Order: sequence, then structure tokens, then C-alpha cells
Amino acid sequence: MSLFELEFMQRALIAGLLTGLSAPAIGTYLVQRRLSLLGDGIGHIAITGVALGLLTGSAPVLTAVLVSIAGATAIELIRARGKATGDVALALMFYGGIAGGVLLIGLAGQGAATLNTYLFGSLTTVSQSDLYVVVGLAVAVLVVAIGLGPQLFAVCQDEEFARTTGLRVQLLNLVIAVMAAVTVTVAMRTVGLLLVSALMVVPVATAQQVTRSFRSTFVTACIIGVLACLAGIVTSYNANVAPGATIVVLALAGFVVAATVGTLLRRRSGRARPLADEEPEVGVPAPEPHVVSPGHPHAHNPVCGHKKVEHGDHVDYVHDGHLHAAHGDHWDEH
Amino acid sequence: MTPEDSPQAVQVSDLSVDLGGRLVLRGIDLRIRQGEVVAVLGTNGSGKSTLIKTIVGLLPAARGEVRLFGTPVPRFRQWRRVGYVPQRITAAGGVPATVFEVVSSGLLSKRRLFSPLGAAGKQAIEQALEVVDMADRRTDAVAELSGGQQQRVLIARALVSDPELLILDEPTAGVDLASQQIFADAVRDRVASGTTVVMVSHDLGPMDALIDRSVVMRRGRIVYDGPPHASQTHAHVHHSHSDDGPGWTPS
Repeated sequence: MSLFELEFMQRALIAGLLTGLSAPAIGTYLVQRRLSLLGDGIGHIAITGVALGLLTGSAPVLTAVLVSIAGATAIELIRARGKATGDVALALMFYGGIAGGVLLIGLAGQGAATLNTYLFGSLTTVSQSDLYVVVGLAVAVLVVAIGLGPQLFAVCQDEEFARTTGLRVQLLNLVIAVMAAVTVTVAMRTVGLLLVSALMVVPVATAQQVTRSFRSTFVTACIIGVLACLAGIVTSYNANVAPGATIVVLALAGFVVAATVGTLLRRRSGRARPLADEEPEVGVPAPEPHVVSPGHPHAHNPVCGHKKVEHGDHVDYVHDGHLHAAHGDHWDEH
Repeated sequence: MTPEDSPQAVQVSDLSVDLGGRLVLRGIDLRIRQGEVVAVLGTNGSGKSTLIKTIVGLLPAARGEVRLFGTPVPRFRQWRRVGYVPQRITAAGGVPATVFEVVSSGLLSKRRLFSPLGAAGKQAIEQALEVVDMADRRTDAVAELSGGQQQRVLIARALVSDPELLILDEPTAGVDLASQQIFADAVRDRVASGTTVVMVSHDLGPMDALIDRSVVMRRGRIVYDGPPHASQTHAHVHHSHSDDGPGWTPS
């Protein structure tokens, strides 16, 4: 029987596919905002959520979603109000989340084994109802990440400018935090809470080794995420190793390859295309020290029709095969 | 000069701004009529950038108020009428973005949620890039551009929405002369079509000729407000150690 015919493997692959798509999608915005570790912080908060679910006998996925949304909202408000910087707010979450989780698990009388399935993922135990929750959450994250793309991009790129275009910046920041929280819960079953942040950040870091635009980084990161998840699940099944760790190790290997290829590519294009301020040197005679153009009657300006050449800190105009540059009240030969 | 009763683009009354417990602006009164080109001058720490940021609603007023086109800023919603150029790129984010993508953010005040960028929007972006002479760099990553080129991208981002009020914070600081000239040309075009311009600077460069009014700030107060002349834009702003240079009318 091939692994694709096993029902639990089908569910695992669907969950993996959705995690691979949604984690890098929201991760791209987090990396752009330089909040790469937010996913990790939320992952720790979610531990408390899982423990709360086990303690109260309700579904851990549900309590994890609620608690991590609350935690993500709190961190965003703490940051926005300026009570603490982003990284300090994150640190508070890390400690609070893990301490709360361990405390509650103890109260619930559950051992470390139960918690482990959430910390490191447990794909093979994904039930049909788990899968429905994961599908719903992942679709919601993708719709927001793609549909509100231009707005979220602006907020992450330049928050002050975004505010002057009338965008509700604080609301959009909250949307990002809540989406990150939902994604963490989606990824909880595949890579586990401790490794979820890797799936948000590593594919993005990999993609931007070879991309120049935000959109292509976003798309490439999602493709890399899906490939790493699917390959990781298949590999872990065949080699009988933990799927979460396999996925992350594969993603990191992809990063190493991309970084090497990216460096080589940049080196090649750097040779082919020099920096802008080096360009005028090509085919232009070496500048002579202050040769005044004798009786040059024509005053060049940007629309006079003579070809413009950027030359260091000024503009030269090509005139009858030589270069004119403004110098005080006269024109220099360059 | 426009008559006194012509519509006001910016109206600042008795404005005080408090930054971390320190009064950075104290009792500022400033009226800018539509179509005026105003330079706000002053040394570092004089409060000119704070004034600009308060005008566009990035900082709250501790006392007094700012009105844009007659509406108090906290209730102002017509942001499509305003183009803002912050002081340099706030942070070229952690992910690469192209010139085209950054400029397209300037259209967000006109775009609905969940709607794609239309053909008209794309055309506006191309035009704005054309104006700042960056059309051939549209697919380049912003982070790979020089400082002057990045600043030109930010100008294009502000121009793309065709604003009636253009607010520039230190547009020429650390920018090469070629870029400054392109800037001045872009702003001149806007002024010709009736745009109000407010710019903060401590060195106007090629923009100097465009200014029809200058406001000089010192220690959070306006110490001069009137027609520009060379002595104000240069001598006083650069040598502001003496408290009462000639030509000042302390307010």
C-alpha cells in the first residue's frame, strides 16, 4: 500500500500543504516588519492555550486559537502604546506562555507526552475534525494575506506613511498579529509550536536570496513552504523520523542552497551591471580639471533636448559630442 | 499674493506638542493658503519636523489644533488630498520591494479594500516615476538604490495620488545635486498646477527659487514668518547660535 493511500497520511499531507502555504504568507509580513520572532512568541503563548484545553477538557486547538489571539493582541497593544519595545514585549510573552503552559499541564494531571505532541507536531494523529478546523483557519489566513496585500504591505513597509494615506494602521497591525496567532495554531499539528516560527521565517529568508520584489518573495516563500512541508512529511514517513523537525531541517537546507546560488547570481549580475555611479565612466573621456567652455551661449536644462548624463553629484549634458556641466555662471567641459 | 479670505490648506492654531514630557512646540500659529509654497526653516531641534508630523497627524497635539482643508486632523478623512514625503525611507523593510511596489502604496488612499490595482493606477505610477526620472528603475529593489534615488521614489509615492497639498520633510537632506534638481523640477510642475507645498529644510538648494514664503522656527516657536530672502535662508539658519540675528521679528 503506497503512503498516499493511507487515510492518516492523506490528512497529514493536506494539513502540511495548508501549513506550508499560510505560514510563509503571514511570515512575509512579519519579516518585512522586522518582527520575525513574533511567531515564536505566539507559539509559546499557545502552549498555555493547549494546556488550558487539556485542563478544561475542551478541544486544545480551539483554546490555543483563542489564547494565542489574546496574546498576539496584547503584544501589539503593548508595542503600539510604547509601553515596551517589540522585542521586550516578545520576551514577556515567551516566559509567560511557557510558564503558564507547564503550570496548567501539571494541574491537568497530564504528562509531558501529551504536551510533546503539540510542541513538536503530531501529524499522524490529525483527525477528520482537526482537519476541518485547519482548513478553515488556513483559508481565512490566505484570503486576508492576499486580499489585503497592498494595505498590509504599506503598513509593514512604512507605518508613518501608511497612516498619512488614511489607512487604519493600528487595526491592520492587529490583523497581522491575529493572523500570526491563527497560523501558529494551524501549524501546531504539523511542525509543532516550538518550530512553527521556522516555517514562517525560513522560506521568506530563502526566497529573498533570489527575489527583488515583495510579490515574488511572497509567492516564492509560499512555494518553498509547501515543498518543504510535503517533502518533510514523505521523508519522515519513509525514514520514520519526527515530521516537524524534518520539515524545518529541509527548509533550512533550502536556505543554504538559495544563499549560495543568490551570492553567485549577484556576483555575476554585479559584473554585468556596474553600480549607477560607475556607469558614466564607461566610454566617457576622463574628466579634465576645470576646462571652461568658451562662449557657450546655450543654457542647458532638463528639457532642452540634449542627452543627460548623471556624473557624480551633477548632471552633464551631451553637446556636439562632448559634455557640458553647469559651474556657477558658465559651462565646463567634462 | 492671494487674498486673506482664500481657502486655507493648513490651519495651525495655538499648537503645543509634547514629546516624552518635553514641550517641543509652544503655541504655534500658522495659516497656509491653498497654492502657497512655504518653507519651514530652522536648526536641528527647532521643532520643524515635529510641526510637520503633527500637521499630517502622526503626533497628537497637547494643546491647540491643526486643521487640514478646514477639518480638524483627528477627524480628517480626505487623505487622498495630501501627499507626504517623510525624511528618508523609514526603513527599507526586511523583505525586498521594488520601486513600483513602493510607489503603488501612494495610491492606497484611493483604493478600496480587496480590490486590485486598476489600469488607471498603473498609469499614475508610471507617470509619477517619469516625473522623478526613475521609470527605468521600476523593477529594481529599493534597498539597492542610492540615497538620492530612494528619496526620489518617496517623492513619486507622494505625487502618485495627485495631491492638492504636498508636505515634504527634509527632501534634499543628503541628496545629490542631480536628484535635488529633479526634485525642484517635480515640485515646480506641481506648483504650476496649483498644489500647496510645505517643506521642511535646513538647506533648500535648487528649491530656493520656488519658495514664496518662509517660516523660521527656533526652540519650538516661530521667530520669522514672511517673504524669503537670501539672508534668512542661509545666514540665519546656519548660524543660529546668536539669539537675535538682524532681520528677525521675534513673535
